[in-house]
Amino acid sequence: MQIDRRLVSSFDWPLWTLSVGLALVGIMTIYSATCSVNEECSRYLATRQSYWLIIGLALMVATFSVDYQRLAHWAYPIYVAVVILLALVLIIGITSGGSQRWLDLGFFALQPSELAKLTLVLVLAKTLCYYEPGYSLMDLGVPLLLSAPVVGLVLLQPDLGTAGVIFLIAMAVVVMSGLRVRSLLYLTVAAIAALPVGWQFLKPYQKTRIWTFMNPESDPLGAGYHVVQSKIAIGSGRLWGTGYLQGSQNRLEFLPEQHTDFVFAVFAEEWGFSGCVALLAAYALLILLALRVVRRAQDRFGVLLATGMAAILFWQFTINIGMVTGLVPVVGIPLPLISYGGSSLVTTLIAVGVLISVSMRRYTR
Amino acid sequence: MLRRPNTRALPEFRRRIRLFALCVLVAFAFLTYRLWVLQVLQGNRYTVMSEHNRIRLQRVPAVRGLVFDRKNRLLIHSRPSFDVQYVPGGNAGQEDTLRRLAEMVEVDGERLEEIAQGGNGAKRVTLVRDVDWPSVVAVETHQLDLPGVYLSVRARRSYLTDEVAAHMLGYLGEINANQLQRLRRQGYRLGDAIGQAGLEKSWERHLAGRSGGEKVEVDATGRKVRVIDRHKATPGHNVVLTLDMDLQQVAHDALKGKEGAIVVLEVNTGAVLALASSPTFDPNWFARGLTSREWRHLTDDRETPLHNRALQGQFPPGSTFKIVTALAALQEGVISPNKTLWCGGSYQVGNRTLRDWKKDGHGHIKMHQALVQSCDVYFYQISQRLGVDKIARYARRFGFGSPTGISLDGEGPGLVPDRAWKKGRYGTPWYRGETPLVAIGQGFLSVTPLQMASMTATVANGGTVYRPWFVKRVVSPDGEVMEEYGPVRTGTVGLKKENWDIVRRALFDVVHGRRGTARTARSEVVGIAGKTGTAQVAEMRGDAVKSEDLPYEVRDHAWFVAYAPTKEPEIAVVTLVEHGGHGGATAAPIAKQVIEAYFLFDGEEAEHEEPAGRQLSALDVRPPPRTDHAD
Repeated sequence: MQIDRRLVSSFDWPLWTLSVGLALVGIMTIYSATCSVNEECSRYLATRQSYWLIIGLALMVATFSVDYQRLAHWAYPIYVAVVILLALVLIIGITSGGSQRWLDLGFFALQPSELAKLTLVLVLAKTLCYYEPGYSLMDLGVPLLLSAPVVGLVLLQPDLGTAGVIFLIAMAVVVMSGLRVRSLLYLTVAAIAALPVGWQFLKPYQKTRIWTFMNPESDPLGAGYHVVQSKIAIGSGRLWGTGYLQGSQNRLEFLPEQHTDFVFAVFAEEWGFSGCVALLAAYALLILLALRVVRRAQDRFGVLLATGMAAILFWQFTINIGMVTGLVPVVGIPLPLISYGGSSLVTTLIAVGVLISVSMRRYTR
Repeated sequence: MLRRPNTRALPEFRRRIRLFALCVLVAFAFLTYRLWVLQVLQGNRYTVMSEHNRIRLQRVPAVRGLVFDRKNRLLIHSRPSFDVQYVPGGNAGQEDTLRRLAEMVEVDGERLEEIAQGGNGAKRVTLVRDVDWPSVVAVETHQLDLPGVYLSVRARRSYLTDEVAAHMLGYLGEINANQLQRLRRQGYRLGDAIGQAGLEKSWERHLAGRSGGEKVEVDATGRKVRVIDRHKATPGHNVVLTLDMDLQQVAHDALKGKEGAIVVLEVNTGAVLALASSPTFDPNWFARGLTSREWRHLTDDRETPLHNRALQGQFPPGSTFKIVTALAALQEGVISPNKTLWCGGSYQVGNRTLRDWKKDGHGHIKMHQALVQSCDVYFYQISQRLGVDKIARYARRFGFGSPTGISLDGEGPGLVPDRAWKKGRYGTPWYRGETPLVAIGQGFLSVTPLQMASMTATVANGGTVYRPWFVKRVVSPDGEVMEEYGPVRTGTVGLKKENWDIVRRALFDVVHGRRGTARTARSEVVGIAGKTGTAQVAEMRGDAVKSEDLPYEVRDHAWFVAYAPTKEPEIAVVTLVEHGGHGGATAAPIAKQVIEAYFLFDGEEAEHEEPAGRQLSALDVRPPPRTDHAD
C-alpha cells in the first residue's frame, strides 16, 4: 500500500494521546487495586494489562493502516464469524459442566461479546449508509435482522448488561443514519412506556430473579452491597483524595470487583473529586474528539462507522460511572480503557483505531 | 468498491452530531454533579462511614475433596494450617512480645523483628507460616502476653504420599488470569488455588466445591470480630482412584535415580493401577510455596521433573513395536509363520544398508524366533512386503498416533507416519528405505509409554482397546456416590485367533525361551510374556557402538512391555528407562519387580480386606481432620 503523506500529516494525535493516556491511568489504578492489607502489592494484573495494551496498540496500528472502506468488504464475513463465536461460547458454556479439557482448548481469554460490539457497528454502518435520510420505522427490518442474533446470543449467556449496551450502540448508529425524528420519538415513548408496565407484571420473586439475572456475580449476602461499598469508597475520597496507593477501602478489601468493573471507585477514593473531574473531562474530550471525526468524515459509511465507535466509548463510560456511583443498576459493564480485561482493552483500542482511520482519510478522496 | 452515496448530503448530519455532543456534555455534567454530591457534599459523611466500615464480605473457601486409592487409603487431604500474623504499631513492648513469640515457635527473634519492621506500613504481616501444633497451642494460651499477635488458619492441601504418584495427582497453584476470566462465574477469585496439573487439574470441577460467603464485622485492622450472615460453602467431592498405592510405591522405588516411566494397566478394563514418571517432585512444595531453589530444580531443562513422561513423553518405541508389525504382517498374509528368511546382519534397500543389532545376524529365522531374538533384518524384509501405509493402519487401530483419552492434561499424541503424512509434512514422497525403520519402531515413529501399555493390554486381551482411566468413583462428602466409572471400549483390533496366538507364544519365549532377549524378567512367581526394545536416540553411522560407551544424552532408551500371567492375563506393564541402554538389561528386571509385587500383594489383599488400617510406609492414614474455614 502506498503511503500518502497527507495520511500521516492528518493523523489524529489528540485522539491517540488521550486514549493511550487513559489506558496508562488504567494500569496505574489496577496496580493500586490489587494491593491488599496483608500482602504486598501484586504486579501481576498490572503487568498483564500492560501486555494487553501493547497488543491493543499493535492492533490499533493495523486497524488504521487499512482504509476503512476495505472494512466494508469484510463486514459480512467478520459478522458471521463473530456470530459463530458467540454461539460457540454458549455451546462451550454448556459442556463446561461435562469436560474440562474442552474448555482448556477453548478461546482462552477471548470475550466474543466485546468483538460483537465492533462487528455490529461495522455491518450496520455498511447497511445503513445506503439509506436515504428520513426513513421510517418500517425500513428498519434489515438492521433489526442484523442486530437480533448478536443481542440475542449475548442475552442467552446471560449478560443483560452487555446486550443492553450493544443495543444502545446500535441505536446510536441508527439515529445518526437518519431515522425519521418522529419514528425515533415513537420508539422512545414506546420503550419508556413498556418498561414500568412490564415491570409491574412481574411478581416480586421474578423481580429478584431478574436482578440476579442481570448481575449473576452479585454477592450472595444481600443486594446493594457492591453499590454501598463503592459509594463509601468514592465519597471518602472527598475533594483531594487519599493519595495514590492510600485508599483504605480498597486496601481493606471492602470493595468488590475492585480491578474490573469497580475500578473507578478505587481511582475516586485515591484522587478525590478533583481527580475524578479530570478523568471525566478526559473521557468527555475523548468522545467529543470522536464526534469531531464523525463531523469530518467524508462519506456516509465513515460517518456511521465513527458514530458507532464513539457510541461504544460513550455508553460504556456513562453506564459504568453511573453504576459505580449508584445511579444505574449493577450490570457488569467495564470502564473502557481503565478496567482490567484484555478483550475490553483491545476492543476499545481497535475502536479508537477505526476512528483514527476515518480521521486520517478525510482528505484523501 | 463501495459506492459513496450522498457525499454532498453530509451537512445533514450536522444537527445530529451537535445533538450527540450535547448528550456527551449533559452526561459529563450529570456525572460530575453526582460526584460532587458524593465526594464534596456528603464526603465527610462517607469518610466517617469508611472509618466505621466494619461490615465486609468475605469468601469462605470450600473444603477441597479428598482423594483415595483403590483400597480406600487416603492420598490427599486438606489440613488446617496456622500462620502467625502480627499487627505492628500501638503495641507496647514489641521487642518483648516478639522475643517471647520467637521462643514459642522456635524461630530466630531478630528475624521476626525484621519481618515485623519490613511490613512497609502494611497493617498486618505474616511472621511465620504453617507453624506446628505445639506452637499453635502455646500462642493461643499466651494470647494475653502477645499483644498484636494473631493466628490465622486456612486449609492447606497435603499430599500424604509425598513424591509418589506426584504426576498423577498433580498440584495446586494460584489461579492465572485466563483461568480467572473463564471461571469467574463459577465463583473463582484472584488468589484462589486451583488444580494446575494432574488429577487436581483435570478433576478440579469435582474436587473444588463452591465457595460460600460471610458478612462479617471486622476491626480496624481487618480482623474478624463477628459473623453477621453466612452462606455455607459447598465442599468438594471425594475421588476414589483405580491406583494401587502399594504397586505405585514399588514402581516409584524401581525408577529412583533413573529417568523414565512405568505404566501398569488392567488388561481387561484399561484401569490404571500404577503410573510413575521419574524424576518426580513433591506436590507439598507447591502447597506451601516454592523456594527459588526448588523452582530451579523443578524447571531443570534436562531432568524436567514436572514432565509426566508416561503420557507427555514421546519416544521411538524401538523393537517393542515389532509386535504390531508382526501382527500386521500375519494378518495381511504377507508372511507365513513357517516361512524362513535369511538374516545376515544387514539389509540393503536402494543404496542404503540397514544393520541388525546383532552384527553377524541371526541366520535362517522364522517369525517366532524373529520376535524372540528381536531380529531386525527379518522385520526389514517383511516391512517391504507390507508397505508403510499398512503398518500405519494397524498401529492406529492399536491407538498409536492419537492421545489415548485418559482424563489427564497434556497427553502426547505420538506420531504414526505414512505416505500422506510425509507428503503433507515435508512435501516429499515416502522413500522405500524409511519403511524398515518404522517396522522396528524407529524413524519418524513416536509413542508414549501409556500408548505402549494400552497396546500391550490389547494384545493380552485379544483385541479390545480400552481408554485408560484412573478415577473409579466420585463420592459426595456425605458418602453418596455421585459418579461411577468403568471401562470404556474405544476400539477393537479384529485379528485371526491364530495370529494372536503366534505372537503371544513368541512373547512368552522372549522371557522364557533359551534365546529370549528378556530372560532377566523370568519370574518364580508368575509367567510373564513381553518384548524388549532398545530405541536409538541418535542415528548411528558405520559400525554399531555399544550403548554404554556413548555419552549419556545419546544412549539408547530401554523399553520393556509385558503382561502377566501368560494365561488369562491380568495386568500389562510398560517400563521405559531413558538412556538406559538395552531393554533386556535395564527395563525388563524393573517390569519383573513390578509384576511380582502385584501378584504378591494380590495374595495378601484377601487377608487385609476389611481392616482398613493396612499401612504402607509412605501412607499415613488418618481420618480427615475437620478444617476450620480460613480467616
